[in-house]
Amino acid sequence: MKLTLRIWRQENASQPGRMQPYEVDGISRDMSFLEMLDVLNEQLILAGQDPVAFDHDCREGICGACSLMIDGQAHGPQKKTTTCQLHMRSFRDGATIDVEPWRAAAFPVVKDLVVDRSAMDRVIQAGGYITAPTGAAPEAHAAPIPKPAADLAFENAECIGCGACVAACPNGSASLFTAAKVNHLNTLPQGAPERETRVIGMLAQMDAEGFGGCTLTGECATACPKGIPLASIATMNKEWLRAQRKATR
Amino acid sequence: MTAFSEYTAYTEGDPIADAKAPSGAVQERWDTRRFEAKLVNPANRRRRKVIVVGTGLAGASAGATLAEAGYHVVQFCFQDSPRRAHSIAAQGGINAAKNYRNDGDSVHRLFYDTVKGGDFRSRESNVHRLAQISVEIIDQCVAQGVPFAREYGGLLDTRSFGGVQVSRTFYARGQTGQQLLLGAYQAMMRQVAAGGIELHPRTEMLDLIVVDGQARGIVARDLLTGAIDTHFADAVVLASGGYGNVYYLSTNAMNSNATAIWRAHRKGAYFGNPCYTQIHPTCIPRTGDHQSKLTLMSESLRNDGRIWVPKAKGDSRSPEAIPEDERDYYLERQYPSFGNLVPRDIASRAAKNVCDEGRGVGPGGQGVYLDFGDAIKRLGRKAVEEKYGNLFEMYERITDEDPYRVPMRIYPAVHYTMGGLWVDYDLQTTIPGLFAVGEANFSDHGANRLGASALMQGLADGYFVLPATISDYLARTAGAEPVTAEHPAAVEAVRQTEERLAAILAVDGDRTPDSFHREIGELMWELCGMARDESGLRKALARIPEIREEFWARIKVPGTGEEFNQSLEKANRLVDYFELAELMCLDALHRTESCGGHFRVESQTPDGEAARKDEEFSYVAAWEYTGLGEPPVLHKEQLDFEYVHPAQRSYT
Repeated sequence: MKLTLRIWRQENASQPGRMQPYEVDGISRDMSFLEMLDVLNEQLILAGQDPVAFDHDCREGICGACSLMIDGQAHGPQKKTTTCQLHMRSFRDGATIDVEPWRAAAFPVVKDLVVDRSAMDRVIQAGGYITAPTGAAPEAHAAPIPKPAADLAFENAECIGCGACVAACPNGSASLFTAAKVNHLNTLPQGAPERETRVIGMLAQMDAEGFGGCTLTGECATACPKGIPLASIATMNKEWLRAQRKATR
Repeated sequence: MTAFSEYTAYTEGDPIADAKAPSGAVQERWDTRRFEAKLVNPANRRRRKVIVVGTGLAGASAGATLAEAGYHVVQFCFQDSPRRAHSIAAQGGINAAKNYRNDGDSVHRLFYDTVKGGDFRSRESNVHRLAQISVEIIDQCVAQGVPFAREYGGLLDTRSFGGVQVSRTFYARGQTGQQLLLGAYQAMMRQVAAGGIELHPRTEMLDLIVVDGQARGIVARDLLTGAIDTHFADAVVLASGGYGNVYYLSTNAMNSNATAIWRAHRKGAYFGNPCYTQIHPTCIPRTGDHQSKLTLMSESLRNDGRIWVPKAKGDSRSPEAIPEDERDYYLERQYPSFGNLVPRDIASRAAKNVCDEGRGVGPGGQGVYLDFGDAIKRLGRKAVEEKYGNLFEMYERITDEDPYRVPMRIYPAVHYTMGGLWVDYDLQTTIPGLFAVGEANFSDHGANRLGASALMQGLADGYFVLPATISDYLARTAGAEPVTAEHPAAVEAVRQTEERLAAILAVDGDRTPDSFHREIGELMWELCGMARDESGLRKALARIPEIREEFWARIKVPGTGEEFNQSLEKANRLVDYFELAELMCLDALHRTESCGGHFRVESQTPDGEAARKDEEFSYVAAWEYTGLGEPPVLHKEQLDFEYVHPAQRSYT
């Protein structure tokens, strides 16, 4: 395959960026999108040019590092698929493909296609855990958990923290990311003691980081490579209202 | 630089007389050690600093637990977030001797299975401790909210993994590593918020600082700005993972690397059993030269999938066109009592053998079928989906084939390294104050790791073992002088690091880092991979110094060191891979027996199984560094077996 890539190049956060066209040839349909970018970078290095910086690590769709806006879609055109698992067979020969970084106020660009997503770690720090210091755990079978609750918790716990939901949202909201963790932990009996402080703390941090508000557009759930359901946001909002009521009582 | 013939002329140093495990009955040793360990007064812990490098299962659990105990933890990862460490990709599960199935499991059986699975090349004391702690790990993870699979009654579900006949593997669909890591990561994040952990993401350790014989700090590079800095502490913990990426193509993440452990090795930490690498039998075969990594298909699939190849050589019919009686379910045929669930080393070699016979399937004949046809008939598609849904989806995304209809094609790939920094029973390396946990150490798996034991070991080390043993070290070194960046050892370590990066940038040659990585990887896969022999290893040992020389003449890294420069990161890691590859080959050359994942062609039984030579090789090979290209010194740690008596492993 022969492709034209238009890639966002930006030296660092303080410099302005621009779309830069590149040609790549001899691309196999079996290559992943990132392997195609590897080919481009090999060309650039040999030509003495700066290769395109992009985040990637596991290349099997689970670490959440890869984060590309491909033709305006977070992680590209294939549903429930991260960029690293997207293969070139999803594109036609001769296509022009736009590649951009995640765009959101809370994700400043670091270089080219790499952004700073540390805001998501801080949202987790604000309550996205269960306090269970090592050594203090009761026997695992002491409290059976009904399978539906365990399954719901798991479904939400699948979030890989890639930030596609934020990038896809017209408001740059991190509601789906935050909701996934609130649902995972608040669904489980182990999470009950911190149920209220968790949702209040995490939402306050989300706002403080500059993520936008949620208007239930639903782009987040469409872009999510792990299929976190939109309904999780409704549950999070309900949890928040309930927590507020308890707090003011 | 000396020629390879000199490098292979290693000498033998003093044996390692004592790995510091307490004496007494094996089931009492860990209690004894914990009781004998000195403690640090809670009020004093805040003033004691511990550096933890890496945030995978071992690092995250260690960092969180040490901070919970009150120590001041300074933690590093090269990823943008600690949650992305490669433990996240572990699929199948975690072993624990809970015996919830009432199927005859016990701590002793897990101990026995692990020593046997490791082909009698691990320490009984360590493995028994691991089996004991396995039970507590599950409790700990459930308390953190790890959503393990459950049955309708609300109790935890388990499944079977290779090399065992009980069902002791706890799992969270095909994402167990992810869920366990998120549990540990969340515990870490709680400590970051509480001020117990000072976190440095996107920061890579490039050297160890040793002062008066003790590990006192590290040199690290901020990957965003390129700034090289020193960090100091009372002890340093390496949780930086294994070195499978020496092979270029592996199931490791692209950035997983050996620099932290190799730099520590160069500073005096012995390297244990470097040749013990695990080739995982069930990975998706490569599709072409562009391949950048290989993807594992969890071993759990062997619970229900049946592995086969055509009986006839060169049978190119599509799998559904091959009738039942023309298929060879070779694992079931050769190993009737374990069937498709033999240990990984055996399954991998068997796959290689049938492919070498010309009976492999798919492009280039480098594959075997993993067939779910029978399972779908027996259990129904829905049940299969419930258990393995995400793995099937992943397979389809990568290969464009639907495994519900067409059998999966799989082939072995490098997955895990049992070797690593040599550590004693306390997980301390030969440098006082330097500890290694998880895959970074060599400790518990012998010559072959059983499935679902890596997660168990990483978390055992991080949550339970290290926090107990490091306090003993810290208590004994109370009052140590603080070290600053002006200390000559720190100045020298920084200077060497800067010089090395500058040297890489200065070459300005005509070959990319990836091209060198591919070259060393292919060489290692071919000559130090699934089967090794003397002539091949000698060839590799002759070739590696040449590649290294070529690297220093032709490497090309654009840009500077004072910026975010991913090419520079890669090239710098390669320098260490070359040296490590050399040691791996030497270790493989010197161990003329076959054991577990180390298969020497010259040493096999009449039916092609690994033939150990216990008289000669019942030891851990701990290598001491003496200089680049210089022959290392071999220190042997004798392995004694009081409880599980070495025998030819039999899974028939």
